[in-house]
Amino acid sequence: MTSPLLEIKGLTATAGENQILNGIDLVIQPGEVHAVMGPNGSGKSTLAGALAGRPGIEITGGSVFYQGKDLLGLEPEERAREGVFLAFQYPVEIPGVTNNYFLKAAVNAGRAHRGEEELDAMDFMALVKEKAAIVDMPKDLMSRAINEGFSGGEKKRNEVLQMLLLEPKLAVLDETDSGLDIDALRVVASGANALRDADRGMLVITHYQRLLEYIPPDFVHVLSGGRIVRSGGKELALELEEKGYGWIEDAAEGSAS
Amino acid sequence: MSQAHEAARDALLALQAEATPAQETPFVARLRAEARDAFAAQGLPTTRWEEWRYTSLARLVESRFALEGEDTATPSREEAESVAFPVFACGLFVFVNGQFAPSLSRPATAGGPVRVESLARVLTESPETLEPWLGQLASSKEHPFVALATSFLSDGAVVTVPRSADSQTPIHLVFLTTGDEPHLCQPRVLIRAERGSRALVIQDFVSISKQGGHLRNAVSEVFLEDDADLGLVTLQRGHPRSFLTTGLFARQERNSRFASHVVTLGGQLVRNELQVTLAGEGAECRLDGLFVAGDGEVIDNHTLVDHAVPHCTSAELYKGILDGDGKGVFRGRVVVRPDAQKTAADQSNPNLLLSDGAEIDTKPQLEIYADDVRCSHGSAIGRLDEDALFYLRARGLGEEEARRLLVSGFAAEVLRGLPDEALSSTLMEELRKRLGRREPGARA
Repeated sequence: MTSPLLEIKGLTATAGENQILNGIDLVIQPGEVHAVMGPNGSGKSTLAGALAGRPGIEITGGSVFYQGKDLLGLEPEERAREGVFLAFQYPVEIPGVTNNYFLKAAVNAGRAHRGEEELDAMDFMALVKEKAAIVDMPKDLMSRAINEGFSGGEKKRNEVLQMLLLEPKLAVLDETDSGLDIDALRVVASGANALRDADRGMLVITHYQRLLEYIPPDFVHVLSGGRIVRSGGKELALELEEKGYGWIEDAAEGSAS
Repeated sequence: MSQAHEAARDALLALQAEATPAQETPFVARLRAEARDAFAAQGLPTTRWEEWRYTSLARLVESRFALEGEDTATPSREEAESVAFPVFACGLFVFVNGQFAPSLSRPATAGGPVRVESLARVLTESPETLEPWLGQLASSKEHPFVALATSFLSDGAVVTVPRSADSQTPIHLVFLTTGDEPHLCQPRVLIRAERGSRALVIQDFVSISKQGGHLRNAVSEVFLEDDADLGLVTLQRGHPRSFLTTGLFARQERNSRFASHVVTLGGQLVRNELQVTLAGEGAECRLDGLFVAGDGEVIDNHTLVDHAVPHCTSAELYKGILDGDGKGVFRGRVVVRPDAQKTAADQSNPNLLLSDGAEIDTKPQLEIYADDVRCSHGSAIGRLDEDALFYLRARGLGEEEARRLLVSGFAAEVLRGLPDEALSSTLMEELRKRLGRREPGARA
């Protein structure tokens, strides 16, 4: 049997002074979409950051294997080149660097890593044109500075465009739905779905069930207090939508005491 | 003055006595003599001078310089063009160690309207035409390095943009330093943009010396008549062990527009004095600067905008990038005279510190004597944004590449504002190369 795409075992982590993750166990097989839901402060974004190697998150225990490799031993850029992608909850604005220049550098960093020839300007333009159409990305955003002055929806489209260009094996979407209206949500979801295939896996982190209507998950996990307290199928998301997170937290506290 | 300062001054004065004047026109002889006396009286500045508080000449006063170009042969055209990258169609005028080199120059074809002459030649053939201009803006009494330069006055460029001429072709003046024995080189530039004219001039200070250690002391005087529109780009790509002191003095008449860009990519010690007098109503100036100092480098920009009359506008943006133990100094003075109502003056000096050892001393200084004005100023000191760095790395860019990209993004605001697109992309490339030179581990 081949190794899982992602295997998280007993992961604990701190951010700043605070213990945030208290032992996460999660396995994603190729082709699967997993959703992680949870209330604010449950550790969702810390989990996403830990997978991508965000500075400031300190891993204190446990392991993460990606395609059989020790993910935690890799620098953030190495994880990216190996096919791990994090769609940021808050994409960063970078003045003075055009989106075009950045995306070409990113695509070529991945290609160089895989021993493929770098794309020249013409080939890259053609590729961008094809992928930008999927997320309805206005053309002028490509020649503007990265995310600078972009609306919330444009920033998220840009994240999904990057994902489509980099074609990751494992995509982690960190609250990609936050702050989006329903049209933007549909666009973003269709971008994510365009990538879905038997080889790739996806970790969709969200507070609301809404996104999961458009990106139907195979599994849903509920995060509370830095632990996965419930796992189930997509019906679990509906249950959460109906009852809120209160009952989960109560149940978690009950079992902990 | 310290003993070392006195000894250095005396050595320079002895050198001046040795340099034979190119000719003997009375007004030029007088200019030189007055300048010599002014330099002798002032000497070389120490850090006790308010204007030189943050910039020490200690290493400069230890150096001794030969007269310009004594040990050097004229470089080949390929050599000159490879460093000066005249990438666009322009009139190219090359000065080797301060002296005009016609064999390396290539005036614009089709006889562009702008006239460029060698100062030495004009001083020989028609010196009287220079009398109303030369030395009128650059005061030997206030600036010791101007005094030093004027006391040696010999060659440089005289640029005239005739009345109503609209020059589409930039004028590229290349001041090339060659040779390995440290020498003193003092190019002089006089630019006159006549009424209603438009032109772009690039003055490019570049070195192909292997050893460095030269002192280049350049003075430029710029006159803009009514309605003239002049862009002046100053490029300073010196040797990391060389000294460069410059004075740029501009005077603007009614409704004229002046855009100055000063880009400094290194040098052991660079001191730029820039003064603009807005002397005619409706005049506008834009002063942009970018300076990059790495290990062992000090770059000092002193600017002064003098709003002498009402209804003038000035906008100033200087950005500093400091790495290793590099040091930057920015002092931006804006003076609004009592009559200069309806003045609009903005100034900004953001700086990026890339290491713990890097330093910036920044001091905006507004002196406002009129009451109906709109003025703003600000300086900022920051480090690379760690979130941005992570964002780029999370997309697969290596850490060094990500840093370079962020730094060049910081610089882009100034470089993209250059009046010529080819020049701006070439300089972006130069900057990336320059940033690539930083020593590994220099960052904290």
